Amino acid sequence: MMTLLIVLVVVLGVMAVAQLARVYELTAKLRGKREEDITDSDNRMNARLMWLFCVAYFGFFIWLLVRYNDRMLPVSASEHGVWTDQLLDVNWYILFIVFFITNILLFYFAGRYVYDRNRRALWQPHNNKLELLWTIVPAVVLIGIIIYGLTIWNRITSPASPDAMVVEVYAKQFDWTARYPGADGIMGATDYRLINDQNPLGIVTPASIATRLDELAAEREAILKDIAQNEQVMPPAKLAESRKRVERIERTSARIIRLRTEMEQDIAMNKETSPYAHGEDDIVVKEFHLPIRKEVKMLIRSRDVIHSAYIPHLRAQMNAVPGMTTTFNMVPTITTDSMRTVMNDPAFEFILLCNKICGASHYNMQMALVVEPENAYNDWLAQQKPFQAAPEPAAPSAMTTTATEAPVTTN
Amino acid sequence: MGAVNTAHAGHDHHHHHEESWVSKYIFSHDHKMISKQFLITAIFMACVAVIMSIIFRLQLAYPGEGFAFTNFFLGDKWGKDGILDPNMYLALVTIHGTIMVFFVLTGGLSGTFANLLIPLQVGARDMASGFINMLSYWFFFLSSVVMLSSLFVEGGPASAGWTVYPPLSALPQSIPGSGAGMTLWLVSMALFIASSLMGGLNYVVTILNLRTKGMRMTRLPLTMWAIFITAVLGVLSFPVLLSAALLLILDRSLGTSFFLSDIHIAGEALDHVGGSPILFQHLFWFLGHPEVYIVLLPALGITSEIISTNARKPIFGYRAMIGSILAIGFLSFIVWGHHMFLTGMNPFLGSVFVFTTLLIAIPSAVKVFNYITTLWKGNIIFTPAMLFSIGLVATFIAGGLTGIILADSALDINIHDTYFVVAHFHIVMGMSAIFGMFAGIYHWFPKMYGKMMNTKLGYAHFWLTFVCAFGVFFPMHFVGLAGAPRRYYQYTEFPMFNGVTDLNVLITVFAIIGGLAQVIFIYNFFYSVYRGPKAVQNPWRSNTLEWTTPVEHLHGNWPGAIPEVHRWPYDYSKPGKAEDFVPQTVPIEAGEEEH
Repeated sequence: MMTLLIVLVVVLGVMAVAQLARVYELTAKLRGKREEDITDSDNRMNARLMWLFCVAYFGFFIWLLVRYNDRMLPVSASEHGVWTDQLLDVNWYILFIVFFITNILLFYFAGRYVYDRNRRALWQPHNNKLELLWTIVPAVVLIGIIIYGLTIWNRITSPASPDAMVVEVYAKQFDWTARYPGADGIMGATDYRLINDQNPLGIVTPASIATRLDELAAEREAILKDIAQNEQVMPPAKLAESRKRVERIERTSARIIRLRTEMEQDIAMNKETSPYAHGEDDIVVKEFHLPIRKEVKMLIRSRDVIHSAYIPHLRAQMNAVPGMTTTFNMVPTITTDSMRTVMNDPAFEFILLCNKICGASHYNMQMALVVEPENAYNDWLAQQKPFQAAPEPAAPSAMTTTATEAPVTTN
Repeated sequence: MGAVNTAHAGHDHHHHHEESWVSKYIFSHDHKMISKQFLITAIFMACVAVIMSIIFRLQLAYPGEGFAFTNFFLGDKWGKDGILDPNMYLALVTIHGTIMVFFVLTGGLSGTFANLLIPLQVGARDMASGFINMLSYWFFFLSSVVMLSSLFVEGGPASAGWTVYPPLSALPQSIPGSGAGMTLWLVSMALFIASSLMGGLNYVVTILNLRTKGMRMTRLPLTMWAIFITAVLGVLSFPVLLSAALLLILDRSLGTSFFLSDIHIAGEALDHVGGSPILFQHLFWFLGHPEVYIVLLPALGITSEIISTNARKPIFGYRAMIGSILAIGFLSFIVWGHHMFLTGMNPFLGSVFVFTTLLIAIPSAVKVFNYITTLWKGNIIFTPAMLFSIGLVATFIAGGLTGIILADSALDINIHDTYFVVAHFHIVMGMSAIFGMFAGIYHWFPKMYGKMMNTKLGYAHFWLTFVCAFGVFFPMHFVGLAGAPRRYYQYTEFPMFNGVTDLNVLITVFAIIGGLAQVIFIYNFFYSVYRGPKAVQNPWRSNTLEWTTPVEHLHGNWPGAIPEVHRWPYDYSKPGKAEDFVPQTVPIEAGEEEH
């Protein structure tokens, strides 16, 4: 009913405006005025509206600035964020000046030089001095902006120092996982084919390879059994799908076996420096903690589609791209607790959110980030369980059993 | 259909060849009819896209609340109880963007005004190839039909954003719209690109080869220069998008790995190895950035024409204006990486793109200052077209300035993909281009239909649209500076975004009023087509060639010989002349300086 009323009001409104316009049209016709002749009063009205608009425009702008100032992001909680905030401020000052000057000129001239049949416009096709002036001045200002901006950009993107701590932020539809390198301080290698419920990041260890191969073998068995039993009654599409799935499992298993060989050779050759030798003690958690005032190198990865790791309060952002690792270096400078005091909000949290369209629940892909003093951080980290228990003598035996069972179709 | 080459029909005006209804109104080779076809199609597509935007604006302002409006358009499947489905939300933003960027502001704007104005303003009987021109429209039409039909497939239309980044757009497991909807999107875009290339080649060839006697390149109206460079940009960049689309089709259907690698989705590790999603972004933005100027330049060209005519003053710095169009056109090809600062691209490469991007601000600033100087000491007549042109300058200033912020990679870190970006490109590219398009429609309506549009309704339309444009997009900067990402279905999941809820309501209210204001335009347009007062030959007392053609359209444009051109098009208020305008066809008098 309400909708109907609104529609009715709108339709009537349009009709009223249209009728009014018709009346004008008819009276104009009577007076012998043509549609393309703009009357002096129309010109004056629009000229005044230009001025009025300019005032309203600036008013609206300033109102937004004042009214919403406290809703903008608060002080930056990272070191580089302070630099970019300063850079932003400098840019704003320059742009505000240009904004007000150009708009004032535009709207002032538009309203000021309204048509007068007794006057002629100035004949002024060009003026090289003026044109040179407003080519060179913007160029000089822009060169300043470019140099300042690139200086900051280079500082932010320069390589992390060797003693920076490393943490991995891992994205999938629609949540985040964090990984810490564990006691050895080195992240283990990963492979997306090893991903399963226990190993959401696909960390490569002898045990995770063995488990994954077992899992794939079991799945293959089950499908083959299903096919053998129900081949006659299965719809052809389903049958084809099952066969395709078996093939894919075989391909995946073959790749994992190849990976295992690589791993074994690499460990044999490089011993402790092999990236394959560091997976077990990695810490994989659904919480994200960082110590304050310590340089952190974030490794950012994705399992499925492109995501973007964005922490607005730390002015940090980098895309998570499947198939590659991106990095972002930063130094958190304010703890969650201090920020709660600053914001006067006991429930305040730093948030890591997804900022690249990634699917239906894109709008709710988030993880809280806790920035805390180093000792609190260390306590928290000590409580976290490593990804896998240190390799027991049992592990190699599990490996050998799967090797015989695995459906080998290596090419 | 009349396969007679209409380009020569006008040589002999005694020869009336009868045309069937189909060859006159459907498969017409006449550039004026084709331009109307483009315009009407674009107006229809624009209405669809505006309705979509109202639906998702309602959701953003009042998340989780039901609206009969939503239910009416989306039915129970996507709008149960009037609540927008999250997948459909993404589909709507995707298709809204696609339609606006490609179908309205590329096809609609270039298609309408390039077709209408090129032969008329350079002095040609028709386009170089009327047949290809006709094909260009019908490919555009087909492409529109395919795009609209994708709204009705099972999984919904493409939903990966108008930039369709893989893997999201490549894998139906990741979002339902990446199934049949995405296939149709790609088919539609392939048709669109074909249309755009056929049109573009025609525009370039016609402007270069079919200018009338005396119409040197340095006497071309700025509209022609803008459309010329636009066509060159399109011809050079659209094929790259086509290649990206083809590779994406291969990845989707034939198991190749151009853009896909190491993906584990829906509980399964995919076979794809070795591709790069970033490669797609490079290919996409190699078109995507020139595309911004493909949208914007014709609008700037139209504005140059209208501001000069209605300020009764020559456009200030004609050569500088041409120079800045050329500079913008050239630079637009080497800035695409500024869309990709945060993709893991080498930071040094990022620096290069910062540099080239910020350089574009220089020719843009020159253009703005030249417009303002053209107004200075002018004698301004406020036709609706003039109002929209001044509006364009205002939006170009506001949107151009925030571009300087976004081009700075260090600042982009924190505002990339937030509402700040949405605000920026809607103002600088969306509003500027649509204002240019409205200006063009009001200005050349008498040429297109031989009728006049109602001025008062034009005023109401302009002022409402102008106020609402800023009402919608200005507050979005603040939403973005609060850190709110774009393409979020709702912001209620984050306490930190509670502060922008009332801004979202404000934006939506302005959006609805602004959307309704377009009803005035639609009414005025269609009413005037049929019942508007009859136009005179040169209603705006303009200098350009198109106003020397008769009001009634005829094939070949001029009943007799094509007039010869003797001067540039901006001799307004020239000292020593009786009238305040001197058409291009008037010979230079003895002792008169050209300009």
